[in-house]
Amino acid sequence: MIIRAVPSQVCRLALCLCTSLLAQDRTARVLVWGGDAEGGAPYVEADPANPARVRGFDVEVAERIARGLGDRSARFVQVQWSDIDLSVERGDFALGLSGVEDTPARRAQHAVTIPYFEFREVLAVRPADAGRIHSLADLRGRRVATLGSTIAYTILLAARDSTGLIPISYDDDVHPYADLVQGRIDAVLLDHIIAQRALRRRGGVGFVIVPQPVAVGHYVGVLARADSALRDSVNAVLREAMRDGNLEQIFRRWNVWDDSQGALFDRVLRASTAAAAGAPLPTGAAQAVAYLPSLARAAVVTLLVSVFSMALAVIVGLALASGRLYGSVWLRWLTTLYVEVIRGTPLLLQLFVIYYGLAGVVRLPAFLAAVLALGLNYAAYEAEIYRGALEAVPRVQLEAARTLGFTEMQILGLIRGPQALRYALAPMTNDFVALLKDSALVSVITVVELTKQTAIYATNVGSWIVPGLLCAAVYLAMSLPLARLARRLERRWRVA
Amino acid sequence: MITSLLEIDRLCVRHDSRDILRSLSLDVARGEIVALMGPSGVGKTTALRAIAALQPFDAGAIRIDGFALAPGPVPPETRLGPLRRRVGFVFQSHALFEHLTARDNITLALRHVLGKPRAEADAIAQALLESLDVGARAEAKPGQLSGGEAQRVAIARALAPDPALLLMDEPTAALDPARRNALATTLRALCDQGRSLLVATHDAEFAAQADRVVTLA
Repeated sequence: MIIRAVPSQVCRLALCLCTSLLAQDRTARVLVWGGDAEGGAPYVEADPANPARVRGFDVEVAERIARGLGDRSARFVQVQWSDIDLSVERGDFALGLSGVEDTPARRAQHAVTIPYFEFREVLAVRPADAGRIHSLADLRGRRVATLGSTIAYTILLAARDSTGLIPISYDDDVHPYADLVQGRIDAVLLDHIIAQRALRRRGGVGFVIVPQPVAVGHYVGVLARADSALRDSVNAVLREAMRDGNLEQIFRRWNVWDDSQGALFDRVLRASTAAAAGAPLPTGAAQAVAYLPSLARAAVVTLLVSVFSMALAVIVGLALASGRLYGSVWLRWLTTLYVEVIRGTPLLLQLFVIYYGLAGVVRLPAFLAAVLALGLNYAAYEAEIYRGALEAVPRVQLEAARTLGFTEMQILGLIRGPQALRYALAPMTNDFVALLKDSALVSVITVVELTKQTAIYATNVGSWIVPGLLCAAVYLAMSLPLARLARRLERRWRVA
Repeated sequence: MITSLLEIDRLCVRHDSRDILRSLSLDVARGEIVALMGPSGVGKTTALRAIAALQPFDAGAIRIDGFALAPGPVPPETRLGPLRRRVGFVFQSHALFEHLTARDNITLALRHVLGKPRAEADAIAQALLESLDVGARAEAKPGQLSGGEAQRVAIARALAPDPALLLMDEPTAALDPARRNALATTLRALCDQGRSLLVATHDAEFAAQADRVVTLA
């Protein structure tokens, strides 16, 4: 969006008071553009000299576009990379630029500029595998990582069926390379700029980049579908910058210029704008059907993670509750500490600590780490439920059991526990339904579960409506029968 | 010479520096029914609980059929086996296990404490329930029983391990006069088999049917 500052009376007064401070022209035009500084250099990064500012080749491209449009400045808005399309359509900013890939889905849903940079999807592998792995075909049965919601991920999904590799989705482009070096995964497929940057950060060791690219893609700017007139103006500026050498200077400054960029510029300048249209997209219904198997697989992952985590939470929770009720002073203190620390810190943090933090000591597979983190987290809550339920069994029944000669263990197993289970059933069901949904968090450690798969689906089709409804329906299909089962058990166990 | 099953010598219980029981001395002979009377708060229940080692006492001595309890903290359950085999307790609130049927309330200790096979435990439970006129309610859960029925199931549960001494706390609290007399007859029959009873009650008519009344003041 182009924001034209129309000063109100208040603004005028303020400007009169502060003319010396506000040196800018009151009629200044600003191009508001969005990108993800978490993506880092050379795209967009916080300027180390002044973290309030951003720098990178996309920053300079945005500034060049702003100047070309007759604007004086470009104003940056931070947005998560995977949400750029949705944000631009909402009107949070006029232009999204941050290594945004040119895809048919994006062209169908939004106003997309001409490509301004050509990237190569390249494989990174451990040096020991460099002689064996030259393409995706060499990765049968191997774990290949990339960033979710990217062309690379789509390529890996297609290759899963043709070559039998195992695609792993990450939320960032740093951890895939760290996990590659540590042996958690066997290869990474990402843009050559990202691969080269990761290699530089590691001092050129730990992995190698396979020279032969897997595919070629382009970075574009994305605008709201209704902003096609502005898009055409941006295209004109980009062509001008290609012709006058401005873009080449920017890319050379950031050390990402190569011959393929010159060839791209030639092609773009020769081609007409109309030719940029991509292949026709499948219809919404066809897309939904195409995604159903992936959603079903992700739903199974969600269910498995939830069931295993809950089983762990119940076992550990029972142990913790018993420790708090029957243990020595020290054990009571320790179990209370565990419950308070786990309940008092975010589950997300615990996931990161178990998966990445412990990686130096024990390299847990992602699924196991997810089950451990969720299970140990929910155990703290279960422990409190069980403690409350055990304490709810009337004390006089425990005394009656003692007079009959039962041991404490027998009292717990035969009298107190079974009754406490009835009291605990409703809150446990509640917790399991909550856990089903909390399991969505494990996508941050590469487990593609239902919500993550839905987000990927939504990004690819450019809308949350159908994917969101499908996802909600699957969650409901899993949680409603559970609530029904719990109600039946409660009815059966109810003391008349 | 009459041998005492239960001997209590100058029993004192204090709570928050207040005397709950002050120097209670009491003997119960084999086959004897003793009613412990007195107004509410005088310490009747406390005395029963101390005898059953459910709460500590501060001074005095308790001896049940040769098993001695000393002042101080309640000994761990592992050392109370002989006491548990000799003493049964019927609580005022019945304290039945809510998740089990009347029969299972009785068989649970028979099977898991005394190690009797299920069939034998079931037979004992059914005989006890029938002797207390609640044989038809064997499959009912405590929540489905009337106050009187629950009372009799609780008595059956306490009797099942065949204790020599039965302690009962306010057994007539939930009973109408007819049931109260029937209970007195039942208790008398139990004592004719050589069992002793110490019954805390403030029901003077019921107490009148005991062999002896000890009044706390």
